[in-house]
Amino acid sequence: MSKLRLVLRELHRGEAGLARDLLAVADRHRADHEIFHVARDVAGWSQEHVRRIAEVGADFGVRLNPEPRWTLPGVGVLGRRAGAALARRPASGLLLLADLRHVHRKAAGVSLDWELLAQAAQAMKKQSLMQLAADCHPQTLRQMRWANAQLKVTSPQVIAS
Amino acid sequence: MQQPDRIAHPWGERTPYGRDGRWPARVDQHLADGVAPEDVQRWAKSASLLHSNGDAMDIAVVDGRIVGVRGRADDRVNGGRLGPKDLFGWQANASPDRLTRPLVRMGGRLVETDWDTAMGRVVAESKRLLERRGPSAIGFYTTGQLFLEEYYTLAAIARGAIGTNHLDGNTRLCTATAAAALKETFACDGQPGSFTDVDHADVIALFGHNAAETQPVLWMRILDRLAGPNPPALVCVDPRDTPVADAARESGGVHLAPLPGTNVALMNGLLHEIVENGWVDREYVEAHTVGFAELEKRVQEYPPDRVAEICRIEPEQIRSAARVLGRAERLLSTVLQGFYQSHQATAAAVQVNNLNLIRGMLGRPGCGILQMNGQPTAQNTRECGADGDLTGFRNWENDAHVAELARHWNVEPTRIPHMAPPTHAMQMFRYAEQGSIRMLWVSGTNPAVSLPELVRIRRILSQRRLFLVVQDIFLSETAQLADVVLPAATWGEKTGTFTNADRTVHFSEKAVDPPGHGRPDLDIFLDYARRMDFRDKDGRPFPQWHDGESAFDAWAACSAGRPCDYSGLSHAKLREAPSGIQWPCTAENPDGTERLYTDGRFWSAPDHCESYGRDLVTGAPLEETEYRALNPDAKAILKAAEYLPPHERPSDEYPFVLITGRTIHHFHTRTKTGRVPELQAAAPDVWVECSKDDARRLGLADGDAAEVATPRGTITARVRIGDIRGGVLFVPFHYGYWDTTGSGPGGGRGRAANELTVTDWDPASKQPLFKTAAARLGGAS
Ligand code: SF4
Repeated sequence: MSKLRLVLRELHRGEAGLARDLLAVADRHRADHEIFHVARDVAGWSQEHVRRIAEVGADFGVRLNPEPRWTLPGVGVLGRRAGAALARRPASGLLLLADLRHVHRKAAGVSLDWELLAQAAQAMKKQSLMQLAADCHPQTLRQMRWANAQLKVTSPQVIAS
Repeated sequence: MQQPDRIAHPWGERTPYGRDGRWPARVDQHLADGVAPEDVQRWAKSASLLHSNGDAMDIAVVDGRIVGVRGRADDRVNGGRLGPKDLFGWQANASPDRLTRPLVRMGGRLVETDWDTAMGRVVAESKRLLERRGPSAIGFYTTGQLFLEEYYTLAAIARGAIGTNHLDGNTRLCTATAAAALKETFACDGQPGSFTDVDHADVIALFGHNAAETQPVLWMRILDRLAGPNPPALVCVDPRDTPVADAARESGGVHLAPLPGTNVALMNGLLHEIVENGWVDREYVEAHTVGFAELEKRVQEYPPDRVAEICRIEPEQIRSAARVLGRAERLLSTVLQGFYQSHQATAAAVQVNNLNLIRGMLGRPGCGILQMNGQPTAQNTRECGADGDLTGFRNWENDAHVAELARHWNVEPTRIPHMAPPTHAMQMFRYAEQGSIRMLWVSGTNPAVSLPELVRIRRILSQRRLFLVVQDIFLSETAQLADVVLPAATWGEKTGTFTNADRTVHFSEKAVDPPGHGRPDLDIFLDYARRMDFRDKDGRPFPQWHDGESAFDAWAACSAGRPCDYSGLSHAKLREAPSGIQWPCTAENPDGTERLYTDGRFWSAPDHCESYGRDLVTGAPLEETEYRALNPDAKAILKAAEYLPPHERPSDEYPFVLITGRTIHHFHTRTKTGRVPELQAAAPDVWVECSKDDARRLGLADGDAAEVATPRGTITARVRIGDIRGGVLFVPFHYGYWDTTGSGPGGGRGRAANELTVTDWDPASKQPLFKTAAARLGGAS
């Protein structure tokens, strides 16, 4: 049971971090409108996952915050300023590539944790956990594919020009 | 013949007919004052270039001048009828302010010059950029109003000769979601239905499609059915109380006015009821589709009560609309901008496809889907690959398709960029903003008025580092910002073909010469190619064709074997045919094809399909392997979608939802229709429509000058109190500045609706969202 709690804690931490990162990426790339809007939309998925992990966690004796702080004080403002300063320069493209790469890796980590939880839930026959993983994991994969696809679409112009 | 006043009565007199009957002909005609039909020396064959309906008409010519038009009684699209824009619009051709000579910027001003000088500049800049920065520094932004031959040539030049991925049309603004929705469901573009489905349907559902104003002749067809025996019931989804909404109520159908931005929730609610009440055609679903289980699961989350809350309508309305749709025996569904330009555009349009599919209503008379187009030749922009697609509905992710296209062009496959989906318009403007696109060639469109958030667009277009070429027939707001302006010929001044929203290909003949030194767009593109000295693999000049007819033949060959197969068509055949012909048209099938998918077989086999689809929320393209796993048997794909709240929601400061749209009298940015006396007089200036209650609360009366503001800009407009739902504002987007202050609002207040709109687009279709912005309304000081 204590290992299960560990997995839940790790997932909660990962999803909360992913949500924060996505929101920060959105903030930094306001002038890349699709990035801005979609990053916020899919950050919403992670926020929802955090809430649900916390809810289920309670049944397994882990206390997790369903509504952690989504922005780190200061970071948002700084990021936005940096983003705005670069918005009309080609260098903003490189920053975007780095950010997408980071999101992809982060989401990949979270995806692995969902995998772990799903396996554990199966082994332990915990229906509520299986349901949780079945609902959330596909969205994590979509977040990953999104970062991957954006990278693929954006990189030729950024690197070739 | 006494013509009724077609401004006051845009749809003319009724010619009623019953279900499965033949729509009677009614010939509409308008000739200049003092010209009698017997004075006309020549009738040149054509079709309408002012909307997507493709109304066939003849152009009347006297002494080398266009003097009027007459509908073609024997054409399948209109049976002789013409809408107000068709009847009067031709006068714009002879406007005194047509561009007649090329212009180049000298010392900050545009001055007249000759073709050699103008093209010399374009060629020099292209070569310089190709050498220093490569093909990705050059972008082309075209239109939905050129001819097929011109798009095909432009696509060949951009993708096959220069090798840039940056070619798109302003069709991105109006028809991108139609294409995307078809690609999601059928894995390939191509309109399934036919306008003749109106003759057979017992229920016609119009989703965000104000046909009465956007396609008046199609609307006449519906009105004639409504006036005849066994009329259909209509379902109308529109936040405004349009003539379509009126007709829906009168027909015993339903008008739904959801809060803008909630279409996916509404559609899921309707599908929920269809599934719940057992109105699903299980046999059809089983035999011809994949994905039903997931759709069923998804729509379970959308019972009427929840949907009613999201859309702010009565749950009973959803139930009664679903009853009409669920009990229909022959259901025709049509979709337009109310879905395409709104939040979650593709996801919503795809649910309409799902509706017809799960009801088994496809491929039979009266059972059709019409994902409409906005512009007259948008279909060709798509087919020819002059928008963000590969020529001939080919799949950029499929190497065999790229190789096949390269064979037709006789170029190396590596020359055709396909490392990523072709760049869409909004992204091209972003690249120009960042400075990685340095030359933008705009043909036949006016982004300085038609794109969202105009302050930003004007800033991008005015950059010194951007070399802007504009090819147009008037000095539009965009042309005023150009470095080089190329005067083009338009409809009636050049010969070519184009295709309407139900795949009908029409021939459009040259009636008169263009004014001054204006040239057909095709000639301009080919001239550029020759001056650039583009060559194919064997060292022959590329493109290998040299005029409209040879361009058409090259296209017909290139389209052979693809869904949009033109191989059975030619200029000669179309010139002689009494009526337009619907593609696919082949040697075996010389009269064309009325409906696609009559056998429930789709173009969705992984090796044939145009697209593997996208994630409807994130827009990420699916990989080939994912697609193969999803749809190994070439069925239609039922794609479920979750509702997400719109990105910009009303607030205390901006309490309204703003939607923009068209009026029957104008087209796009009014460059033509604003120069036509009857049309201009009918709708001379911008207005803002709001509900009675909202007006009263704000102390506004009909005709008052009001101020509409969003976080991006402010315009002044006259108040029109209308039957629009409370909390929603409507502003027509046609009005810009060419007839007031120039290329922009100058120091004064704006009047273009796009000063207000938000930069946001649907991630799947990349269509900008003109129908979700939070706004404020108040009296103008
Ligand atoms: S008015 Fe403009 S945006 Fe609307 S459908 Fe027509 S061309 Fe497209």
